[in-house]
Amino acid sequence: MKILVCISKTPDTTAKIAFTEGNTKFDENGVQWIINPYDEWYSLVRAIELKEKDASVTIHLVTVGGADTEPIIRKALALGGDEAIRVNNTSNDSLVVAQEIAAIAKEGAYDLVLTGKETIDYNSASIGSMLCALLDHNFVSSAVKLEIAGNTATITREIEGGEETCETALPVIISCQKGMAEQRIPNMRGIMAARTKPLKVVEASITTATTSIKNFDLPPAKSGVKLVDAGNMDELVRLLKEEAKVI
Amino acid sequence: MVLIYIDQAEQEIKKASFEAVSYGAALAKQLGTNAEALLLGTVKDNVADLGKYGASKVHQVSNDALNHFDARVNATVISEAAKTLGATVVVFAHNVNGKAVAPAVAVKLGAGIVTGACALPKTDAGFIVTKTVFSGKAFASIQIDTPIKVISINQNSFGAIVSEGNAEVSPLAITVPSSNLKITSVDKIQGEVPLTEANLVVSGGRGLKGPENWGILLDLAKALGASTACSRPVSDSDWRPHHEHVGQTGLQIAPNLYIAIGISGAIQHLAGVNRSKTIVVINKDPEAPFFKAADYGVVGDAFEVVPALTAAILKSKG
Ligand SMILES: Cc1cc2nc3c(=O)[nH]c(=O)nc-3n(C[C@H](O)[C@H](O)[C@H](O)COP(=O)(O)OP(=O)(O)OC[C@H]3O[C@@H](n4cnc5c(N)ncnc54)[C@H](O)[C@@H]3O)c2cc1C
Ligand SMILES: Nc1ncnc2c1ncn2[C@@H]1O[C@H](COP(=O)(O)O)[C@@H](O)[C@H]1O
Repeated sequence: MKILVCISKTPDTTAKIAFTEGNTKFDENGVQWIINPYDEWYSLVRAIELKEKDASVTIHLVTVGGADTEPIIRKALALGGDEAIRVNNTSNDSLVVAQEIAAIAKEGAYDLVLTGKETIDYNSASIGSMLCALLDHNFVSSAVKLEIAGNTATITREIEGGEETCETALPVIISCQKGMAEQRIPNMRGIMAARTKPLKVVEASITTATTSIKNFDLPPAKSGVKLVDAGNMDELVRLLKEEAKVI
Repeated sequence: MVLIYIDQAEQEIKKASFEAVSYGAALAKQLGTNAEALLLGTVKDNVADLGKYGASKVHQVSNDALNHFDARVNATVISEAAKTLGATVVVFAHNVNGKAVAPAVAVKLGAGIVTGACALPKTDAGFIVTKTVFSGKAFASIQIDTPIKVISINQNSFGAIVSEGNAEVSPLAITVPSSNLKITSVDKIQGEVPLTEANLVVSGGRGLKGPENWGILLDLAKALGASTACSRPVSDSDWRPHHEHVGQTGLQIAPNLYIAIGISGAIQHLAGVNRSKTIVVINKDPEAPFFKAADYGVVGDAFEVVPALTAAILKSKG
């Protein structure tokens, strides 16, 4: 079985969110970059677990981004990918990214394409669904569980207020979230091995974006917390009723 | 024409779709066109009632095979319908199914898409949609450069607007591709409002010390008719079920009221709840970062404050 894991780079979850150039660009100053948590903790680790159970599994990683994504890809290789492909395209238009990934996915004829549920910077939650249309494969989103037996995938996904389990034949595209696997830390052996694993760079082929970011804004600052005395919960109830009008 | 996709599960229209119709209707008015809804499958609801939210028509593809959501099948049917009907904008709720299908529809229509929109687009020059980014820590205004546009709207960011009206329901014939995805089980948490749909949420953190102490929180939730949530360490320690975990890596919610009890307010927790309309923080540490994001705060011991709040609520209800 061949698995393609989509890896994206995002600012660390504690990064200060600020903008430059007249609020048109994210301020990358001092920002630590990490593998998008959904990609690292859930889709990649689940792929590694499948490989640990069945040595014939191969895991390829794909990232669409500039050379600055290579430390991220090396870390993903250290966790357990076999080979990586970087498509040298820095567009942040989801459709451009999805088309680049689709081209790689078609060429490699993967049985399983895994993405994260969403990136934690632009929160698009789009790539998996776009791949579904571009590859015409089944797509299961927000998956919390994945088992493979022969040519059949059994997938549990989150639905509002519960979970739903389905079966489908491979190939399938799955977007992963919490529940899939547990976070891992790369070990020394993995880090050493990652240095020599193949990382192929492919030139960008898609250039036409369908969207463009005009500007960013920060939410208006909260006007400040109104403190209520711990001994006066009647007052809090009154405020919630009469001022906030939420109960 | 603005076409709004009506999401259903187990033959019931999802709450988020009513809000999507209200949004689509407001957008249609702004563009000087009409808002029409698209329903796949059959539902128990009175479909004509979608008119109350502003849809002039409901196009229904009444094929029972469509009662089970399959992203690939639904994307095909929705995009064929949008083409047949000549939709210029297709609107989705940014709920579980909306997220799964809207981007695929955009691909099939050659349309630009903005997911997680939180306001009506600016359409005086171009078509610019504002969405939340960085997990609610900022907004981005994104221009869609294609003739057809797809938008999915964040839950509880626009509101469902109800007035008078009856939509004309008309059958729509679209060839439905066969699904090769077999649903084998559906497990619903009984009797609870799904967290992402809840108006009121009471949430607990490590400050409650252990699962045996959750009774005071559950009593408060019951008095309010609220759903319950928790911070990540709480679900990681199995004090509470995983589906209650909110935050960066859990559910992102935007209820009208979020009461945080014994939660410090780490940035990753806030990422899941910062779109709540009103935030109440109960914490014994006046320096807890959560107070900076709160509307109302109570500095005190949860084990005393929470039962007192429950009593005050019950008293106010008489
Ligand atoms: C990549 C990443 C992703 C993450 N994702 C999430 C996420 O999705 N969701 C999430 O929640 N966290 C997430 N975290 C973890 C987050 O950083 C915090 O560690 C976590 O939110 C803390 O949980 P807590 O507030 O319950 O516990 P603590 O930080 O331990 O806070 C407990 C609070 O309770 C108060 N307290 C103690 N006793 C009482 C009492 N008797 N009465 C009242 N108050 C009391 C304390 O003053 C304190 O403020 C993530 C972390 C990382 C690195
Ligand atoms: N530039 C990228 N390169 C590779 N994979 C990506 C990229 N952007 C997004 N993805 C994948 O798609 C998922 C969803 O991202 P998004 O649709 O951008 O929110 C991520 O979790 C990744 O798995």
